[in-house]
Amino acid sequence: MSYPRKVLAFSTPWLIVAAGIGGTVPVHSQNIESDATGLNIARKASAREEGFGNFTAQQVMVLRNRHGQESRRQLRVKVLEVQEEGDKSLFVFDEPRDVKGTALLVHAHRASADDQWLYLPALKRVKRISSSNRSGSFMGSEFAYEDMTAQAVEKFTYRYLRDEPCGDLTCTVTERMPTDRKSGYSRQVVWRDKGELRAWKVEYYDRKNAHLKTLTLENYRQYLDRYWRAGVMTMVNHLTGKSTVLTWTDYQFGTDLQDRDFTKTGLKRVR
Amino acid sequence: MPNRIVFRCVPLVAAWILAPVFSGNSGAQIETRELSGRLSVESRWFPESGAYTGQRAHGSGVVAEPKIYVEDVRGRSFTLAPFFRFDAGDNRRTHVDLREAYFLLFGELGNQEWEMRLGVDRVFWGVTESRRLVNIINQVDLVEHPYKEPTLGQPMAHLTLSGDWGAVELFGLTGHRARTFPGRSGRLRFPFIVDNERVSYESDAGRWHPDVAARYSRSAGNMDVGISVFDGNSRDPLLLPDVDRNGQPVLLPEYDRIRQFGLDAQLTAGSWLFKIEALGRAGARDRRGVEVEYVASTMGGEYTFYSFIGSAADLSLIGEWNYDGRGRNATNIFQNDLFIAARLAFNDIQSTEVLGSVMNDIDTTTRVFTFEFNRRISGRFSLHLEAIALLDVDAGDLSYASRRDSFVELHLVYNH
Repeated sequence: MSYPRKVLAFSTPWLIVAAGIGGTVPVHSQNIESDATGLNIARKASAREEGFGNFTAQQVMVLRNRHGQESRRQLRVKVLEVQEEGDKSLFVFDEPRDVKGTALLVHAHRASADDQWLYLPALKRVKRISSSNRSGSFMGSEFAYEDMTAQAVEKFTYRYLRDEPCGDLTCTVTERMPTDRKSGYSRQVVWRDKGELRAWKVEYYDRKNAHLKTLTLENYRQYLDRYWRAGVMTMVNHLTGKSTVLTWTDYQFGTDLQDRDFTKTGLKRVR
Repeated sequence: MPNRIVFRCVPLVAAWILAPVFSGNSGAQIETRELSGRLSVESRWFPESGAYTGQRAHGSGVVAEPKIYVEDVRGRSFTLAPFFRFDAGDNRRTHVDLREAYFLLFGELGNQEWEMRLGVDRVFWGVTESRRLVNIINQVDLVEHPYKEPTLGQPMAHLTLSGDWGAVELFGLTGHRARTFPGRSGRLRFPFIVDNERVSYESDAGRWHPDVAARYSRSAGNMDVGISVFDGNSRDPLLLPDVDRNGQPVLLPEYDRIRQFGLDAQLTAGSWLFKIEALGRAGARDRRGVEVEYVASTMGGEYTFYSFIGSAADLSLIGEWNYDGRGRNATNIFQNDLFIAARLAFNDIQSTEVLGSVMNDIDTTTRVFTFEFNRRISGRFSLHLEAIALLDVDAGDLSYASRRDSFVELHLVYNH
């Protein structure tokens, strides 16, 4: 009769940006041209993410409720790119302190469900956990697990909507529909600037097609002269009035991370 | 007392090895120094009076578990994690342990990886929720909790070799730890107290017998499998009646030399988890004191309803069957028991979680109910509430001595 004191169950929480190389996507819509344009934009954005190798970063999440009360999450993130397959990621929690040292290892797969293992430091136990929880909240935040997952091109169908100004830039606005029936969304509308294909805003519509949440991305910085990363991501829930601000710091690319850091043995080594 | 000797020796040895490795300029450079841990104020209340004279109704105390971690630029590290409990209700529950004090080194070997852990450490094997069946490297710190099986630190050399083919772990263990037992004023004990000053071993080498263990584990697709073998001093004592100097009856722990083969596997399929643990053990005496070879197993599954009835919460249902081939002669309470549990995780900011379970003895009337509530109060503080109820305990059951020891427990924890 024993359980781990805290069981966290969540999925690949790393990047809102697209990752993964384009595959064949079935075309359902009548407007084949706008579908093809939408898919092309997604593929191009995805292709820009290839070849980063690995990186480490720090994440701080500030959760805010309607009354302005705040709660903080802090974690370390390590990601290893895997060619022709999903990436491997490791997340280590530093705050809240009761889950300090808890770590999540994710082996993402493009065609099948991700593999996930959770390390519970109090018991020194590694637990294989299910990855089928897509639409639930990540650590009590307004980010759902599926918002945090590396979003492979194959996991959506696309529709080009329009071009319009966004700040000083011009954005293409596309709509994407999740192919996964476990997704909590009917559709998402994405604003990307035409030059660098960075996402600046995403609107999320729930299964009843109500406007559920809006994500805004700011403080973009370029790494290795190629990869753009947003420094601040703000998710606002329009139904509950709650919000979560996710801040990324200490990005380091080209570290000495290797395959061995993303095994079950490596998972037990985290502090 | 073995526990004391281990506790005294290991830090000295550690300090001696540590000095040249981590001292400023002569050794490697320190990259990370970290102090974490927890401090917990706890109170346990037993609503019923004890079955034996001298047993108290309350057990209140404090637990401190600091953890020091030092890592050099090459990733080599040393971890030190002592454990302190003060309990006002039972002096045997007041105890100190060295949970962890080990060096960790790792590197590459061709396409393979190696990892070495040297010192006192804890190791966990297994997948099931109701019981730690195949888990054998560490001794159970029984005074901590009657069912959760927290473990004492164990001196060891632990080598892991891993690659695409899985991982092989080799263990060399010595300095056997005696299981902790409650004292005269404590609850959840036998009619007579266990005298840990008079521990005996089947092996002539006693607690310094070199125990060995090995484990092969692998993840392949949605399967995680481990097979293990252990040869050495049993972690489960046989308790034999005797008298102390004053002529009072006591129980003396004896540790047989055993060999155990273990299997643990989990299949992860969507919202389902299917789990099995099984062992075959030779060399151990059963409840009658007769040496028998036997098999035991725990198997079952867990299903989770995510976003349960449209809420943010997840509801998990767990069912497991515990079996021990020795039946009524088993030395534990899991001879033929059905475990049913439900866990509700609210996924809120405070990570509120509620668990309820029942362990149902299929052969007798005994049922053990548990209830747990966990919630974070702030970034540093958390709350743990627990209740255990033993109902209709059969007179032939090993837990009969604890039949009046249902309890409620509250922890207020500061996490550093």
